[in-house]
Amino acid sequence: MSALAQQSPWQRFVAALGTPSGAVFVLLVVLLIAASIANPRFAEPDQLVRFLARTAPIAIAAIGQFFVIVSGEFDLSMGAVIAAQVVIAGNIIGQDEAMILPGIALMLLVGVMVGLLNGVLTTFAKVPSFIVTLGMMLALYGFVRFLTGGAATGNPVDSFREIGRGLLGDVLPYSVIILVVLAVAAWLLMRSPFGHTLLAVGDNAVAARLSGTRTAGVKISAFVLSSLAATVAGILLVGYAGVHPSIGTGYEFQAITAVVLGGAVLGGGRGWVLSAAAGAIALELLFTVLNQVGTDSTWRPSVQGIIIILAVALGAVAWRTARRPPSVSRTDAARDPDPIPTPTPTPGEQ
Amino acid sequence: MNPPADSGAVVLRATGIVQSFLGTAVLHGVDLELRKGEVHGLVGENGAGKSTLMKVLAGVHQPDHGSLELDGEPIAFTSPLQAQRAGIATVYQEFTLLVDRTIAENIWLGREPRRGPLVDRARMLRDTRELLETIGVPDLDPSLPVRQLSVAEQQVVEIAKAVSLDATVISMDEPTAALADHEVALLARIIAGLTDRGIAILYVSHRLREVFDLCTTITVLKDGALVGTWPAEELDERTLVRQMVGRELSAFFPDATPGTEPGEPMLELEGAGNDFVDDVSLTVRAGEIVGIAGLQGAGRTELLHGIFGADPFSRGTMRVAGRRFRPRSPRHAVRAGLALITEDRKTQGLSLNLTVLQNALGVVRAVFPSRTRAARDAMPSALAELELVARGLDQEVQFLSGGNQQKVVLARWLAVAPGVVLLDEPTRGIDVGAKFGVYEVMRRLAASGVAILMVSSELPEVLGMSDRILVMRDGRLAGELPSTSSEEDVLALATGADEEAAA
Repeated sequence: MSALAQQSPWQRFVAALGTPSGAVFVLLVVLLIAASIANPRFAEPDQLVRFLARTAPIAIAAIGQFFVIVSGEFDLSMGAVIAAQVVIAGNIIGQDEAMILPGIALMLLVGVMVGLLNGVLTTFAKVPSFIVTLGMMLALYGFVRFLTGGAATGNPVDSFREIGRGLLGDVLPYSVIILVVLAVAAWLLMRSPFGHTLLAVGDNAVAARLSGTRTAGVKISAFVLSSLAATVAGILLVGYAGVHPSIGTGYEFQAITAVVLGGAVLGGGRGWVLSAAAGAIALELLFTVLNQVGTDSTWRPSVQGIIIILAVALGAVAWRTARRPPSVSRTDAARDPDPIPTPTPTPGEQ
Repeated sequence: MNPPADSGAVVLRATGIVQSFLGTAVLHGVDLELRKGEVHGLVGENGAGKSTLMKVLAGVHQPDHGSLELDGEPIAFTSPLQAQRAGIATVYQEFTLLVDRTIAENIWLGREPRRGPLVDRARMLRDTRELLETIGVPDLDPSLPVRQLSVAEQQVVEIAKAVSLDATVISMDEPTAALADHEVALLARIIAGLTDRGIAILYVSHRLREVFDLCTTITVLKDGALVGTWPAEELDERTLVRQMVGRELSAFFPDATPGTEPGEPMLELEGAGNDFVDDVSLTVRAGEIVGIAGLQGAGRTELLHGIFGADPFSRGTMRVAGRRFRPRSPRHAVRAGLALITEDRKTQGLSLNLTVLQNALGVVRAVFPSRTRAARDAMPSALAELELVARGLDQEVQFLSGGNQQKVVLARWLAVAPGVVLLDEPTRGIDVGAKFGVYEVMRRLAASGVAILMVSSELPEVLGMSDRILVMRDGRLAGELPSTSSEEDVLALATGADEEAAA
């Protein structure tokens, strides 16, 4: 008897599609087909690329949010970080090309600082991240209003905005390249010891700590990654939409919706980072399809609200059933007369 | 107060109580009779089923079989509230008080005296004062918030609450576990007052001396079955301990690998202490297996957590492999070559949603990420050597049996090649075959020069595996015994019964 039976790659692929994080790719394909049927022009390569470029900021934000959610926390400050970064870009870079690099450096620094603060308050001050990042969101929005007076101010030089709206060789948008690079980096990071430790902390922080994990450090890193992702999203959005204090509004919830749609479990410990990006794209595709069939775009928040509730409700159930071993394979377990791990030792004696 | 006219009549009778959890029987047909005005001691080892029986009487658990009679009438409780209304009150080890509410508010919670639609605070305070006088603590102010009370006073409040419910039976779970000596005297006085009023007390305790001081009748449980019930004066502590243990060595233990000799000291403590344990001095040598025995709450797990930096020692010195080292965190300890296999693998040991491989590599990845690749390459054979039965390395550990989960826990620590291994209840909740596997791993580690410190509540395991046995009581080391000791010796030291004999 082979104690450690291995599945074939095909079996594993099919099994993976059955999990919520795998199913989002199926959803993606279905929505793509639907969009192409509703509007055949949508399936043309240049249209698809343009769609992907428009989706890149939210997909990147979703990747950042994924790290925080999978570690068992939330980051509600993302949208405000985007707004702050956009305003910083408008004010610092302005029309001075020489300021582009220092400006980007400052924005990244601000991103790191916001993430550090979110993380330190959550882990060391033990304030729930929901509250910390909500407070951060309000604080940043106040800061943005102070700087802008609530109206569009300052417009960074066009060469900076090219990052968000430009094309490489008139074909490939920079934003798509950045998305792909970041997605690959995130995928590699989740396969590194850091990524596995992040999952372990989200799954069981006590066990992780007793295994020698720096749980605080790991969570703080997740918050920093999230803020940095928001910063990058902000840089891309400036190119797209210019400077306005309302840019980024609602991105935190859209990112959370995308992560959940990508099958990650709120509370941590489960999820695939690429599924979070796929969730963001699927969400945008859904809005596109709804648009194509004539649904008023004012319904967008309602659709998003329904999706996030449905995804959370279905996700927890689906993970359990999808990964439960088929009962026939219990022949192996039959050797062991303790198939259900007994609770320690008699509940009555605790 | 009515003098108990029919003192000695049976007030509560339990017959043939069977209680199972998830298919495992915890009580196998237990009988118990409580008589008016008696203090009935309920004793037994950890896991004997004392608390479970108490919770059956309290209506927390509904027994699978068996019947209860109260004053000769058959009864069946479907909730704790019903039991309370019928006059069976329970004082749990963990109090159920609201710490920011006053004594009076706690006692009358949910049944506050009213005046019209509002709570009659004056009457509530007056009634509480009377109640506290009745049970013999007139100087406790009913308007004090519970947070300001000592543990003993909180217990008094719990008892007062029980009395206010007109209880005819009061069960107390380990009432003296957290009390100082003079507080125990207060409790004894209160209990005497209650029995004078004809209330029957069921007294669950590990402290045999108090059981003898307080109880008129003693019932012994062992492994969920009734051993017997005796009048207290017919027993002495030695006999009682033998009744509690009274079993053959049922498990079998692998012999030490030939050539395993104690080497250099790997772990040394001198006067180590933190908030939970005090003044612990011990030495574990390379190749040695040292067992730590003691009752629940004696501070065994806390000692391991101190050594491992999870609750760092604040006093004393600690040396690892001869060098002074006091870990500030588990990470610090792991880096110095320590490993801790926790008591509860599900809440403290594993990430249940992650796979076998992810869990097995958990410690390496967290602490020594540069060694991950080598550890991953070695893992399949390491798991095979542990005879892990799983559908694959990518199966989630939550679907493994307890024994196989424990093998994954062992694998994740073996992967970092520790020099000192701390084991907390290493075979809890796993079957005999898997237990033997754990014992073999321990022998193999010892043979390779690892120092092992094992906490276990299973005395046969402690006696069968240890080279030496340290016994803890009340957060301190009570003494050391050779591996040739008997279960009675260990239990006597753990309960303090020997001091009585020596005095």
